[in-house]
Amino acid sequence: MEIQKAAMAGTLESSDAQVTVTPGGSGIELTLESSVMNQYGRQIKATVLKVLEGLDVRDCKIKVIDKGALDCTLKARVECAVFRSNDSSTENVPWGGVIK
Amino acid sequence: MIPRPKPERFRLRRTMMFMNAQKPGLIKDAYIYGLDSIMLDLEDAVAENQKDAARFSLYHALKTIDYGDTEVIVRINGLDTPHWQEDIRVCVAGGADGIRIAKCESAQDVKTVEKHVLAAEKEFGVEEGRTLLMAALESPKGILNAYEICTASDRMFGVAISGGDFRKSMHVRVVPGGIEINTARSLMLLAARAAEVQCFDTVFTNLDDEEGFEAEVRQNHEMGFDGKSLINPRQIAYVHQTFAPTPKEIATAETYVRTYEEQSKLGVGVYTVNGKMVDIAFIKDASRVIALAKACGVYHGDL
Repeated sequence: MEIQKAAMAGTLESSDAQVTVTPGGSGIELTLESSVMNQYGRQIKATVLKVLEGLDVRDCKIKVIDKGALDCTLKARVECAVFRSNDSSTENVPWGGVIK
Repeated sequence: MIPRPKPERFRLRRTMMFMNAQKPGLIKDAYIYGLDSIMLDLEDAVAENQKDAARFSLYHALKTIDYGDTEVIVRINGLDTPHWQEDIRVCVAGGADGIRIAKCESAQDVKTVEKHVLAAEKEFGVEEGRTLLMAALESPKGILNAYEICTASDRMFGVAISGGDFRKSMHVRVVPGGIEINTARSLMLLAARAAEVQCFDTVFTNLDDEEGFEAEVRQNHEMGFDGKSLINPRQIAYVHQTFAPTPKEIATAETYVRTYEEQSKLGVGVYTVNGKMVDIAFIKDASRVIALAKACGVYHGDL
């Protein structure tokens, strides 16, 4: 998927993460802020990159502000932001396809 | 990936707690409370512009979190919104145990949802018939059509009254004792029992009024409800305690079942226990009490 426009998903509440994607650049430019950076920073980055790879997003800027989200929440927020940037988050989402 | 066992249409459902599917902080530990069912909400708890995000969050929660023995029901948006069809797709794809149809008013509403559930089961390769349904009755029309709603599908396991919307449509407010929705509760109970499905009462929203809550739970139990919708974990224990059979009820039920077996072998149909007449009509109810006691974990006998 291509990032068509800037889009955001998630909140800054505890156990959540706020993810913003914007078009541009070549490759993935990931900026991460996390309340658990020292313990989980590497794992969070790996999860975000894996989700983007699964969605076949090759070029984008992505900013993640993590408030201690579980992996499943992080995935949900990244996917929702990417689908929102394509205006395709509200119907016929490929559950169990690229979303898994 | 957590494979959930095939949902049981009839099981213990004393407590069903609402949780916003959009709030990860809530849904990640829902199984620790010992609830019978949780109700992940895509409807009123989720803001209009976050319906999509709530579905992504719901899908991964369903696929990742082990809810153990807690049943997982999802409340979908009403059929008058643009959201319900995608809600059904995500529920079925994620493997939710059941779907709660909000603002249900007719058998046709149930059939419409059932049709889309079946289509989603086919689309996602889910066993056909796996996804259960229940209906929330929130209007006078819904209550008056309760029986046709309860019998509209083999997937239906129960109905619940939703007090907030119902009271608004009747121009009444919460009255201690419940006279304002007594008729609706009673009609819905009659319909549910006639259709042989379960029946659940509405939420009690004033968390500061513990006495009022407890009085309502006792009344629910006396009226014959199977369980109650809840909004806070601290409401759970009292409901479980109130809906469990008492040691005296269990002992009486045991005596009836045992003596009935003995007497029927001797060719006797009606007899007395401690001065009370007993015949087969009592035995079905006695067996139900023992089954409920077992399900509640308070039965220690050997029947």
